[in-house]
Amino acid sequence: MTTPTSPIQDTAVLGRSAPVRHSTTSTHLLEVTDLKVQFPTADGLVSAVSGMSYSVDLGKTMAIVGESGSGKSVSSLAVLGLHNPKRTLMSGSIKLDGTEIIGLSEDKLRRLRSNVAAMIFQDPQSALHPFYKVGDQIAEAYSEHHDVSKAKARARAVEMLDRVGIPNPLRRSKQYPHEFSGGMRQRAMIALGLVNDPKLLIADEPTTALDVTVQAQILDLLNDLQKEFGSAIVLITHDLAVVAEVADDVLVMYGGRCVESGTVHEVLAAPRHPYTWGLLSSVPTLGSEGTELHAIRGAPPSLISLPTGCSFHPRCDFASRVPEGLCSSVLPELSPRPGQSEHPIRCHLTTPADIYEDEVASTIG
Amino acid sequence: MLFYLFRRIALALSVVTATMIMGFFLFFAGPGDPALNLCGDNKCSAQRVSDIRKSFHLDEPVLRQLGDYALGIVKGREITSGGFTRPCPAPCLGYSFKTDQPVTGILLTKVPVTLSILVGVFILYALIGLPTGVYAANRRGTSVDRLIVGTTQTIGSIPYFIPALLFSLYFTIIHTWVPRGQYTSILDNPVKWASGLLAAWIVLGIYGSTGYTRYARASMVEALAQDYVRTAQSKGISHRRVLFKHGLRAALSPVLTIFGLDLGASFGGAVFTETIFDLHGVGFTAVNALSTSDLPVILGCLIFAAAMIVMMNIVVDFAYGLVDPRVKIA
Repeated sequence: MTTPTSPIQDTAVLGRSAPVRHSTTSTHLLEVTDLKVQFPTADGLVSAVSGMSYSVDLGKTMAIVGESGSGKSVSSLAVLGLHNPKRTLMSGSIKLDGTEIIGLSEDKLRRLRSNVAAMIFQDPQSALHPFYKVGDQIAEAYSEHHDVSKAKARARAVEMLDRVGIPNPLRRSKQYPHEFSGGMRQRAMIALGLVNDPKLLIADEPTTALDVTVQAQILDLLNDLQKEFGSAIVLITHDLAVVAEVADDVLVMYGGRCVESGTVHEVLAAPRHPYTWGLLSSVPTLGSEGTELHAIRGAPPSLISLPTGCSFHPRCDFASRVPEGLCSSVLPELSPRPGQSEHPIRCHLTTPADIYEDEVASTIG
Repeated sequence: MLFYLFRRIALALSVVTATMIMGFFLFFAGPGDPALNLCGDNKCSAQRVSDIRKSFHLDEPVLRQLGDYALGIVKGREITSGGFTRPCPAPCLGYSFKTDQPVTGILLTKVPVTLSILVGVFILYALIGLPTGVYAANRRGTSVDRLIVGTTQTIGSIPYFIPALLFSLYFTIIHTWVPRGQYTSILDNPVKWASGLLAAWIVLGIYGSTGYTRYARASMVEALAQDYVRTAQSKGISHRRVLFKHGLRAALSPVLTIFGLDLGASFGGAVFTETIFDLHGVGFTAVNALSTSDLPVILGCLIFAAAMIVMMNIVVDFAYGLVDPRVKIA
């Protein structure tokens, strides 16, 4: 059984498996179906996202987890149509609030950005323009979508700064980003993201550039604001502690594909995919001093020439448990195991639950 | 702020002084001899050479000459040559060995020529270089971009005097489409002023703008790759606004820096342009003075050029404080 992996086959595989919480009547706020994002480069075609499906509802937080280069940021930029269409090949479907994003004109995309879906970027130091006052940067996003005077837009910016917990918001709004501390800058970034009251907030590693103490504050703030605004959040992170704290659902990505998804409880307490095991056992824990920190061996795959079969097989400690070299030849479907319809994994292992309980669980703190 | 300015000016003055001293010693270390040069033909007697030397005080120790010269700039001095004593008020740069004109007077007539060339040329740098660079950056990787980069690189690779001479030959001599170079003061006749400079503006403006196209493109490409440009895009604002308000604003400061420093350096004169288009400014005068070992004129041009460079350096630094809010002049 050696079927070559082709994008077409990949599509077929995804088509057959029913993705999580994925109904045909589109009632989800965001519904991504078989998304593929590729960049033609001088070295070859980079397949950043090779078939990804998920959906998010209002009031829920979906965490997308994975290493650098797993496609998590690329897939979220696609939701806002932020990839240059001239340099990007996209296929599949992204339905945002009932509107198909892929192929949508730039004019229509512009009306959705910040208004229906907004984005918070990783490093607020570089994501805010150094030459403009923080208040003006927030006001610009507001006046783009509201027919208001400059003064009204500024007042709205001050109001937003106040809501994200920045003291002295009026004075602060007239300052430049470099006059803010890292945590304050991220708060300002969140204020910018929420200024138009979007239904969806995509937070791309919002705490990565911050101190641990500030991280917690920012996460709490996001949680509070979500309750207040009732918006959906897509949280992109590689930090599993963050996931445990704020997410409802988790999607684990590897090599541009979803390898495991489910509720936070399912994925973190009963992970079924060897890559998720690797991620979890790589988290250092208190009391583990003296033992060597676990790392997943090898390096993330090249997105230009993904490994055949399961992309993770060259790094997988369990590939030998699968007979006939299936792992290196056939891409496994993303499918749930019996009795766990909401928790699909992309793996050839027949009894991942037993392997986890017997061999892996003890290594995870 | 004021203290900073004073410190910068003091530093600038020391640089100019050092330039003057080095120029003085280099002149005497070099092979040129003003006395032999002034004497002219080969039949020049040793006695005559020695007389000329004496009359210009070239027989005195170099350090003493330097001291007299420097004092003259600060306080003014009296210059005795050939039995005459003439007052030379501060800032005294001496009298030309060759033409016997006061060097300050020579500079006053030559600087406007160079300045006039620079005005037009730098406007063209900004008008051609900046838009093409921004356009190319916006279309990065397309055939238009490659065409712009290729063209500017080709033009920039040709030695300047070749297109300048060819332009002069074809457009001002064979076909008289562009008036020949001729300097008229803008105060006397602005139209004649502009028409006399036109050829120089076109040739040097287009040639030099190729560098600015590439600076602007590189700077803009870098700016457009910044996270804050993506943030701007995610706000839903128009591409035009993203490009100009967010991209160009950030891309402008490095280009402005080069622009200012280049302008400062250009006050030393555009030798080829001034020679080919018959516009005798500072550069032409300096080169001419070098070939006749006319020490006071050489030094005058040198000091002027050095002063302009350090002045523009200060201007650029202060401009940076205005453009970039992160820079505080203190």
